[in-house]
Amino acid sequence: MNGDEAIAYAVKQCDVDVVAAYPITPQTIIVEKFSEYVANGEVQTEYVCTESEHSAITACLAAGAVGARTFTASASAGLALMHEMLFVTSGARVPVVLAVANRALSAPINIHGDQSDSMAERDSGWIHIYAENAQEAYDSIIQAFKIAEDVNVSLPIFIGVDGFTISHTLERVDTLTDADVREFVGERHYPTVLTHEGKTVPFKLDPANPLTMGPIALQNYYYEFKRQQEEAMKNAYKKIQEINNEYAKLSGRNYGNGLIDTYKLDDAEIAIVVIGSTAGTLKDIVDQLRTKNIKAGILRIRTFRPFPAEELKNALLNVKAIAVMDKSMSPGGLGAALFNEVRNALYDAKQRPIVVNYIFGLGGRDSSPSELHKIYDDLYRIAQSGQPEKTVTYFGLRE
Amino acid sequence: MSKEKNWKEISLAAVPSKSSVSFLTGDWKTYMPNHALEKCVKCLTCAILCPEGAIRFNPEHGQVEFNFSFCKGCGICANECPAKAIAMKIPEEEE
Amino acid sequence: MSTQEWKFTAKDIIAKPDLFLPGHRACAGCGPATVLRLILKATRGPTIVTQATGCMEIVGSIYPYTSWALPWIHTAFENAAANASGIEAALKIMRKKGKIKDEHVDVIALAGDGGTYDIGLQALSGAVERGHDFLFILYDNEGYMNTGIQRSSSTPIGASTTTSPAGTAIPGKLEKKKPITEIMLAHDLEYAATATPYYWKDLITKVRKGLEVKGPAFLHVFAPCPRGWRSEPSKTMEYSKLAVESCVFPIWEAINGKRQLSTPSKVISLAPQKKKPVKAYLEGQGRFRHLFTPKNTHIVDEIQQATDERWQKLLQQCTSTNP
Repeated sequence: MNGDEAIAYAVKQCDVDVVAAYPITPQTIIVEKFSEYVANGEVQTEYVCTESEHSAITACLAAGAVGARTFTASASAGLALMHEMLFVTSGARVPVVLAVANRALSAPINIHGDQSDSMAERDSGWIHIYAENAQEAYDSIIQAFKIAEDVNVSLPIFIGVDGFTISHTLERVDTLTDADVREFVGERHYPTVLTHEGKTVPFKLDPANPLTMGPIALQNYYYEFKRQQEEAMKNAYKKIQEINNEYAKLSGRNYGNGLIDTYKLDDAEIAIVVIGSTAGTLKDIVDQLRTKNIKAGILRIRTFRPFPAEELKNALLNVKAIAVMDKSMSPGGLGAALFNEVRNALYDAKQRPIVVNYIFGLGGRDSSPSELHKIYDDLYRIAQSGQPEKTVTYFGLRE
Repeated sequence: MSKEKNWKEISLAAVPSKSSVSFLTGDWKTYMPNHALEKCVKCLTCAILCPEGAIRFNPEHGQVEFNFSFCKGCGICANECPAKAIAMKIPEEEE
Repeated sequence: MSTQEWKFTAKDIIAKPDLFLPGHRACAGCGPATVLRLILKATRGPTIVTQATGCMEIVGSIYPYTSWALPWIHTAFENAAANASGIEAALKIMRKKGKIKDEHVDVIALAGDGGTYDIGLQALSGAVERGHDFLFILYDNEGYMNTGIQRSSSTPIGASTTTSPAGTAIPGKLEKKKPITEIMLAHDLEYAATATPYYWKDLITKVRKGLEVKGPAFLHVFAPCPRGWRSEPSKTMEYSKLAVESCVFPIWEAINGKRQLSTPSKVISLAPQKKKPVKAYLEGQGRFRHLFTPKNTHIVDEIQQATDERWQKLLQQCTSTNP
């Protein structure tokens, strides 16, 4: 199945109560497939075909506030339309699961894959996990419910998959049995809160235990609630690793430590840091380089929020030159989002490596293995000379 | 600021822990309703139309009662009273 | 909708505890505050309320306080109906799966005119089209009062607001009020109605009828705002009465598209001499003060004419749909 179908199948197995969504390429297959499950009575899910992504995420948030397990999917302009509600959902501490089939943002309008859409939501307070392939997309959705709904996390989460490269490409996907998934994910649990009636009750809208959600908190309290969200992210940091291990026991599959996934990095002198499907292509290149005794490696960031700064620092301890590949841009900035994050994390390293940025793949621009090979060639030269040549390279652009 | 709780002590997601009935708005008012019991026809129009819910009917005393802890002195009750039993007055200062 | 109409007295209403609690921070004489209190007097069992951003959302939920005695959620400005969609969908499926108590829960979405006529219209139209079982209540104070009295598409022609100020060249708002309830009726609603708090019995009855509908229902409540209308706080209810008496805001209901005037408006239709001139409604309000200068009196005449035309049209609609 393709990545979108794998996601829909995982959602089906997770016994989701409410799915509210609005179609957008390249996510559409997810909601189409899920609609089929609903139409054929294969799921016990209320499917709400909203009139916009804004209402889709709102309906998920509100359903989640009542206590339901909820899912939605989006991409590009749709995710941008959700922008306001992404912040509201994380602030409201409702564990919605969202699949993002990453796609370029307008203008010019473009339906193909890059990560401009989700990188623009960097500070939305969501947990950001990116899959490398359809198998990981399937596995990550199952994990996502368990991470988000953990009572000490209680945060929304998105699973990003590269538009078309993962969403539309057929791959072999091994699935778990429905029973195994049900048991692994379990029922939704709720954190407890103290209400205005002086009762400590589950955090959900229940006429038996009235509580107020979404009030106004002014200068005297707003900041404290934001600090609570940071703590939830710290809890998520541990939880993602625990669940990665737990899932490995069930499925035999794990993705690094859940936060980062490395390839031949232990003795690497040059390395590429990347998010998503490109890591797969790079593995072949690294294998070729290794036959020539070039110590190349890969660090794939699986979890972008909470950002695995310590893991990254330790994993890149002995690397001399690093290329960070960003499938998004920050016009006018010094490099793009992932580069900023990685170079920032390495600032405290004892031996600070040279870190350069490659912007690539915008609007679905293809990068062939032979082209990608050139990045390692650049890194090799930089490592030898000890001098960075260019901080930001627009890779694959006609100059 | 010192009385306010820190981030570890407050409930998740800003769920309020107090009912607004502990937030008194009675000191907002300039004018105070003066209720002439002998004129009152107990139609309850005042109690129904009050934006604050500050007027009640006490079945024990069989009378309409004002809760001045919440009354903001808007004067809707006086304006709407069909029996003209309510007059808005500036309260005399108590020394 | 049940065939038996719910009967109640003033004593019943007062005896029922307030669900919008005192200690809220609405201005003195706030029309919407009375509206919220009265609406909740019509609840018939377990109820969840969702509210759009707006002054009445703010005044009732200033952390760590809440004025909401029943489960309540606010998420944003434009999405009260989308919240209601999610709540209703969750209740439906969780009840079916046995995850919550097997009982019906009413869902009420509240929004001001901004959250209904303008920014909230898309979500509202979508939720109504999808047929969610909820009651959407618009409290209409004819402007963006929370942000300091700006015009909305509900602001009536001639009114001065901070974004349609009465200046030397332009005499306040030039555009007419959007006919929101007509728009909602075009969605083939089983129940839509207009009401004002002065006629509280009519208002409360209409809320109950809206809740009894299995599917979406819409209630448009006229709610004077003394701060935004520059009117005397004590006159809030008087204006909500004058609006009906002058036919600026007639009250009526439509059941399955069949319209009928509610008693106070019906009285005027039967005894047209009781209809008050719009001047009686307009002149005490500061937002219309500039209309009573020699240069602008023609606008008052125009408002009178437009009001008469709308009233005639409504009378025809009532006759044609409900002969």
